[in-house]
Amino acid sequence: MRLSYPADIKVIQVPCTGRVDILHLLNAIEDGADGVYVAGCLEGECHYIEGNLKARRKVEYVKKTLTELGIEPERVEMYNLSSAQGARFAEIAIEVVDKIRELGPTPVKSTHAA
Amino acid sequence: MIVADRKSLQEILAMVKDNKKILIAGCKGCVTVCNVGGLKEVEILASSMKIARKKEGNDIDIDIHVLERQCDTEYVAGISDIVDDYDAVISLACGVGPQFLSEMYKDQTFYPGVNTTFFGGATQHGVWEERCAGCGTCAIHNFGGLCPVARCAKSLLNGPCGGSSNGVCEINKDTECIWDSIVRKKMDAGQLEDLIGVKGIKDWRTARDGGPRRSIREELVQGNI
Repeated sequence: MRLSYPADIKVIQVPCTGRVDILHLLNAIEDGADGVYVAGCLEGECHYIEGNLKARRKVEYVKKTLTELGIEPERVEMYNLSSAQGARFAEIAIEVVDKIRELGPTPVKSTHAA
Repeated sequence: MIVADRKSLQEILAMVKDNKKILIAGCKGCVTVCNVGGLKEVEILASSMKIARKKEGNDIDIDIHVLERQCDTEYVAGISDIVDDYDAVISLACGVGPQFLSEMYKDQTFYPGVNTTFFGGATQHGVWEERCAGCGTCAIHNFGGLCPVARCAKSLLNGPCGGSSNGVCEINKDTECIWDSIVRKKMDAGQLEDLIGVKGIKDWRTARDGGPRRSIREELVQGNI
């Protein structure tokens, strides 16, 4: 397909989105990521039955935490698509990057000397 | 187990607003089981607090340590080497934890990160309910194994009040009338007559009304067993 998607995205592979933990998402924000999204399989089609549903609940938890901290919850999102939807993957990547650009850089900046 | 709820992030952040280096101390006891003060919750709190402080442009160093239990001095002693390295310590144990810590480390400041709520159990994943009021004189066998002291809003011992309606307590539609359940259970078992006798006035001196309580097991104190 040779589809292109924004180079701003760093892909981290996991065996199933059920492996994604609240701490993975929080640590990414803590370390200065402008946004994080989880791309799981379509709902109802998880190879491990409900890994993607668990991932969505974790994303929701982190959104709640960010809201409590006065940070835009949209910086963390969950998407569902199948591994056969390459075009959709690229589309989502563009959508996320556009949305994060609109939100601007993360307000979570370290003041420690590098 | 003892059940607790974590305090809000804002409340915890306000406690340590002037501190630059803190320790979050978890507990592997009850608060781990009720998902509020174990390793995972300690890590989540630490990360959330770091995010908040970075956002304010006021970084904070946070270390974490999960004690085997915070209600035993030998385990509380486990942080003696590091406790002075911090401006303050947040304990995610029940209310016992920060007190044991404060008693052992008199120069350190300990903040409670959770609100300790009750003795209870999980009725489903994520839902905990009160079952025991720690009154010091257990008599649940008189009530079909259901405790009216802990589970009746008025701790009535001689049947339901007029606020019982269709098995629900008047204080809240989500609160069952435990007396309704006690009576039904006894009826089903054909033992309703067990409830007929009037229960005498309860001696509340064994409960909190008698002041702070102490339990002494002489044989253990003497180290014989």
